[in-house]
Amino acid sequence: MADKQKHVDEVSGVETTGHEWDGIRELNNPMPRWWVYTFYATMLWGIGYTIAYPAWPLLTEATTGVLGYSSRAQVSTDLADAKAGQASYVKRIASSTVDEIIADPQLQQFAIAAGASAFKVNCAQCHGSGAAGAEGFPNLNDNDWLWGGSPEELYHTIAHGVRHTGDDGTRVSEMPSFADMLTQDELRQTAAYVVSLTGTPSDAALAEPGKQLFADNCASCHGEDATGSRDFGAPNLADAIWLKGSGEQAVIEQMKTPRHGVMPAWLPRLGDNTVKQLAIFVHSLGGGE
Amino acid sequence: MKHTVEMIVLAVGAFLALVGAGFAQDRLFGAHMWILFFVLLGGTLVLMRRTDFRPIPAGGAPRQSEYFDEVVKYGVIATMFWGVVGFLVGVVVALQLAFPDLNIEPWFNFGRVRPLHTSAVIFAFGGNALIATSFYVVQRTSRARLFGGDLGWFVFWGYQLFIVLAATGYLLGITQSREYAEPEWYVDLWLTVVWVAYLVVFLGTILKRKEPHIYVANWFYLSFIVTIAMLHVVNNLAVPVSFLGSKSYSAFSGVQDALTQWWYGHNAVGFFLTAGFLAMMYYFIPKQVNRPVYSYRLSIIHFWALIFMYIWAGPHHLHYTALPDWAQTLGMVFSVMLWMPSWGGMINGLMTLSGAWDKVRTDPVVRMMVMAVAFYGMATFEGPMMSIKAVNSLSHYTDWTIGHVHSGALGWNGLITFGAIYYLVPKLWNRERLYSVRMVNWHFWLATLGIVIYAAVMWVAGIQQGLMWREYDDQGFLVYSFAETVAAMFPYYVMRAVGGALFLAGAVLMAFNITMTILGRLRDEAPIVGAVPLPAPAE
Repeated sequence: MADKQKHVDEVSGVETTGHEWDGIRELNNPMPRWWVYTFYATMLWGIGYTIAYPAWPLLTEATTGVLGYSSRAQVSTDLADAKAGQASYVKRIASSTVDEIIADPQLQQFAIAAGASAFKVNCAQCHGSGAAGAEGFPNLNDNDWLWGGSPEELYHTIAHGVRHTGDDGTRVSEMPSFADMLTQDELRQTAAYVVSLTGTPSDAALAEPGKQLFADNCASCHGEDATGSRDFGAPNLADAIWLKGSGEQAVIEQMKTPRHGVMPAWLPRLGDNTVKQLAIFVHSLGGGE
Repeated sequence: MKHTVEMIVLAVGAFLALVGAGFAQDRLFGAHMWILFFVLLGGTLVLMRRTDFRPIPAGGAPRQSEYFDEVVKYGVIATMFWGVVGFLVGVVVALQLAFPDLNIEPWFNFGRVRPLHTSAVIFAFGGNALIATSFYVVQRTSRARLFGGDLGWFVFWGYQLFIVLAATGYLLGITQSREYAEPEWYVDLWLTVVWVAYLVVFLGTILKRKEPHIYVANWFYLSFIVTIAMLHVVNNLAVPVSFLGSKSYSAFSGVQDALTQWWYGHNAVGFFLTAGFLAMMYYFIPKQVNRPVYSYRLSIIHFWALIFMYIWAGPHHLHYTALPDWAQTLGMVFSVMLWMPSWGGMINGLMTLSGAWDKVRTDPVVRMMVMAVAFYGMATFEGPMMSIKAVNSLSHYTDWTIGHVHSGALGWNGLITFGAIYYLVPKLWNRERLYSVRMVNWHFWLATLGIVIYAAVMWVAGIQQGLMWREYDDQGFLVYSFAETVAAMFPYYVMRAVGGALFLAGAVLMAFNITMTILGRLRDEAPIVGAVPLPAPAE
């Protein structure tokens, strides 16, 4: 056996263990001191840490640690502290109407910050992080409101939602399909007229008969001047803001197979204070009335 | 006639797969059994075409060496193949995160391709590297032929079948949703059979060794094989809904299930990606630099400390969750104490170069191995640091974790495997040298640059992400929406894909280099400066 004779590595002058495997030998170097001491230090720290904090499982429960730390208690404390910091504002918001809150600059500023925070968690998924909306999801930065842009109206819309089944106060309206009521030519004429209100239709000759078709079929909800009606949530068609896509083809599609957006009623989920804050935040975005 | 039994077993297996497809309880299981049927049928046909009815020549088949190296050759090729596939899929998923339009429903969306990437690189690339190198190393350091005869082939082909079933299952949508253990119960059972065979082959070879002592690399290989068997079995305990169906339910529930999963998950890192690859390091570095291992005592102490402490570290994946505080504390404390045992391997790897440091300059393969150990050291410092609860509260769930994993996986596991393959190929195919040593140098720089870009970008991304998530204004309100933190990651995700693409480019270059080496070509190139001594000037 190779163990019996001493073997010294020529390069380093260090003795080997005497073993050899496929030409590999092992030097008999000691473990580096710094390595050993650092290892000891981490072990000592580990012992200290397990004394200080909950660590060792016993028969029915674990040691609780001399510091009495518990992550659940820590979360409760943090939450309680956070709530205490906002308590005075929260209390005043609870006892004020949205208009009263807006009248108090300090309270309004708090409500906007709180509403912005709630918006990021609950609303940004549909309306976008910047509340600019997307096709089918209203832009909340402009002054084009389907159901009204005053703080009270915004509160109502957010609290009860849009076409939300199970809430009696929800905003409801339904545009009928004109696919069977109007011929293809009439649809094209109506669409050309609607587009002509804010731009140039593909064929000006189409828009002329479209005007009468609009008055007969659409004006009852969208108004004689096509500026819409908030009573029915009927969009203003005389501005260049389009919820379901712009252009004649999009208008024809909407007349044939109308699409209707939905929004949940937020009052049962978020509570009165948060809905107030959201209404004030949305009101502050620029289009508030 | 050769392979009679094998042929019959494969044919019967193909028939059973067909029966399984016919009586499947759900569509996915049926599809999976059809895949299994065609794979086994293909295997049967290949064996039938090889049938040779001539009598075996007297004296037996000629042998190239007393060692069983054919299976190692196949393993090296499989490692290279699955490596390139796994890295490619990695670049694809990186691009999917940056450009969501690249998610192609239903088979190639991120949710299915991501486990394909992780399993391909860890189990297909890493697993084949471990099996191939362990078969090579255990024979040489035991001076014994591989135990069990053709059982070695069973381990190799059985493992490839596992990989194919796992990968196709992911794309079909078959998953038990356990990270790094996604394959369903029937694939898990098959892997158990293969793994036990692997243990028999490895342990059998050690038992019949002609050396008095067991070499350190074999301790690490053995601890890896035994522990993975235990982890795999316990983590995958589940009750199938039907014996001909793809769905099963875990034996554990709630936080116990989560802890079992991360006990497995972290020890897959500890025993698969650390212990197994340290075994590779302990053989290939001393061989390539031709120096003795630095310290025998250090190797003993850090081996036992490593395997004792690693098994406790899993709970650090569940900080600030429903896991009881005491388990979180233990997970963190053992992770921090694991720092020095991990570094013991780094010290032994690097200090083995003492007396031969010049080879880092002259031999790109040594350079690759040294960089691997350096990344190992960085990752095993970063890991304990991230397990500290205060750090973890920032880093958890962010891309920092992804960066950490990849500095270990690309840097340590990738580079040490590349180094081992560059060492093995000329030896196994009996070539004078690699086709091109300069290409190894290119590979080294492409890979290193790729890893550095990847890791640095993910650090920045992860820390920014963590800070954005916890950002509150002075009135105590959240500042960023989640979507804003996602949007902020875009430039980092693009740069991460660039880093990954560089790493992939290096691996493709390597695949070309070793293919040419196997074909017996030699590239006409100038040697690396300093690699051969300059001729003495004439006097």
